Amino acid sequence: MRKRSLIPIVYILFLLLPIYWLVAMSFKTTQEILGGFSLFPQVWTLDSYRTIFTDPTWYWGYINSIIYVSLNSVISITVALPAAYAFSRYRLLGDKQLFFWLLTNRMAPAAVFALPFLQLYSAVGLFDTHLAVALAHCLFNIPLAVWILEGFMRGVPKELDETAFVDGYSFPRFFTTIFIPNIKAGVGVAAFFCFMFSWVEMLLAKTLTAVEAKPIAATMTKTASSAGYELGLLAAAGTLTIIPGAIVIWFVRNYIAKGFALGRV
Amino acid sequence: MRKVNQKAWFLVLPVLFLVAFNALIPMMTVVNYSVQETFGNNLFLWHGLGWFQDIMRSERFHAALGRQALFTFLILIIEVPLGIIIALSMPRQGFWVPVCLVLMALPMLIPWNVVGAMWNIFTLPDIGLAGYFLNHTLGIDYDMTQDPIAAWITIIVMDVWHWTSLVVLLCYAGLVSIPDPYYQAAKIDGASPWAVFRYIQLPKMKQVLTIAILLRFMDSFNVYTEPFVLTGGGPGNSTTLLSIDLVKISLGQFDLGPAGAMSLIYFAITLLVSWLFYTLMTRNDRN
Repeated sequence: MRKRSLIPIVYILFLLLPIYWLVAMSFKTTQEILGGFSLFPQVWTLDSYRTIFTDPTWYWGYINSIIYVSLNSVISITVALPAAYAFSRYRLLGDKQLFFWLLTNRMAPAAVFALPFLQLYSAVGLFDTHLAVALAHCLFNIPLAVWILEGFMRGVPKELDETAFVDGYSFPRFFTTIFIPNIKAGVGVAAFFCFMFSWVEMLLAKTLTAVEAKPIAATMTKTASSAGYELGLLAAAGTLTIIPGAIVIWFVRNYIAKGFALGRV
Repeated sequence: MRKVNQKAWFLVLPVLFLVAFNALIPMMTVVNYSVQETFGNNLFLWHGLGWFQDIMRSERFHAALGRQALFTFLILIIEVPLGIIIALSMPRQGFWVPVCLVLMALPMLIPWNVVGAMWNIFTLPDIGLAGYFLNHTLGIDYDMTQDPIAAWITIIVMDVWHWTSLVVLLCYAGLVSIPDPYYQAAKIDGASPWAVFRYIQLPKMKQVLTIAILLRFMDSFNVYTEPFVLTGGGPGNSTTLLSIDLVKISLGQFDLGPAGAMSLIYFAITLLVSWLFYTLMTRNDRN
């Protein structure tokens, strides 16, 4: 047993090394970074973080990202819930094909869609809004949410529905007051995955925004290319992007593995 | 049995509407581009299948596709076995399980451009942790921006770092669903660890492994942001994967026709391989 637990430990150390380096860099001064190699920051400084928290172009990047990610999770889950229910309870004409078609949208490279998306959202007047990014991310998040929720819903016995209808519940009332509370865990897991994939996707988010809804990624790219190479600032900005994900994952830690496994293929 | 109920279509409608809006309209735009020639000023001319013929014959496309295929191949043969091994050796219960899961899932929650930037900082020859260690402690001449082999190793290691956890999480989920009596029966029969793996664990993991391989295939075949931020496609063209080349053509040079044709071929390849794999894996289930 001892020997076997070495593998996960080594793997986790490997995962943490680049993250450690990013965090260490963010506390170093620019002179120290460019001056040479040091394993720990010799002089701890919060300058990079101070810049981010006092400069609106920086901290609005985070706020914008969080707004469209939350918006996307809410939209995705809201429309995916009834659809997943339909897939788990009824047979429709062409439901298998429909399901595969939904999944194929995960296969389209974002790079393929970047330009048409830009034109589409400009045409409907949503360019540079949070809603545009939130809707665009629905492309890959809705199929995923349907997939995960359907798996959880199939675990709920059908007798629950039938009893409720016999008791005179209307469908919307049954769905919101009885059914959804029953698959709370599933909703949590689906929301987590929506949050995750919307948070990490940057190509579409960057393409669809200019000023008002600019995500943190765009601000970071600008720093990397324009002002020489402010590594400390870049590292601090990167470190801060890890935190929301880390918080969210802590809440769903007991369900993450389950979320994927329950889906059908 | 599930009931047949065509009214349930109404429940699916919102999803259909949103996904179709996001998928069909842009897809039609791409199809439109791919059969037309443009000289700017919104002037478009019918070009038939010309772009497709050009692309199919283009050396540049073949090279980029080859690199993309090689990348995906390497990713799959490294990440899938590695993920299985790690999942097998993880603790099944107790305090360390959530700790392991959270730490392992961490890389997947980092925005992709940050992953690229992070690995850039990590591998800088003189001031990055890995770069310094390789160059000054081990004495290996390592510079990702100069040496194509080093660049390739770096993007592969980065992807392994980023996504192996997905395979681990999925396999782990499959493993914990195996009831204890299976193992007890194997013990009574005196089964070797290999036999336990081959006849109990592997079959139980098959479904989640299918998902894992499918997701890893789709995502690594479409990977763009991380290698682009890390290497920018260089040195030279050595790490210009198909997706990177596509963005160069469409957003960089604004050659909409060739880019559209290339997107469609690209999408068709992804779809075909995924479908073949999906059909093969699920066909065996029925027998």
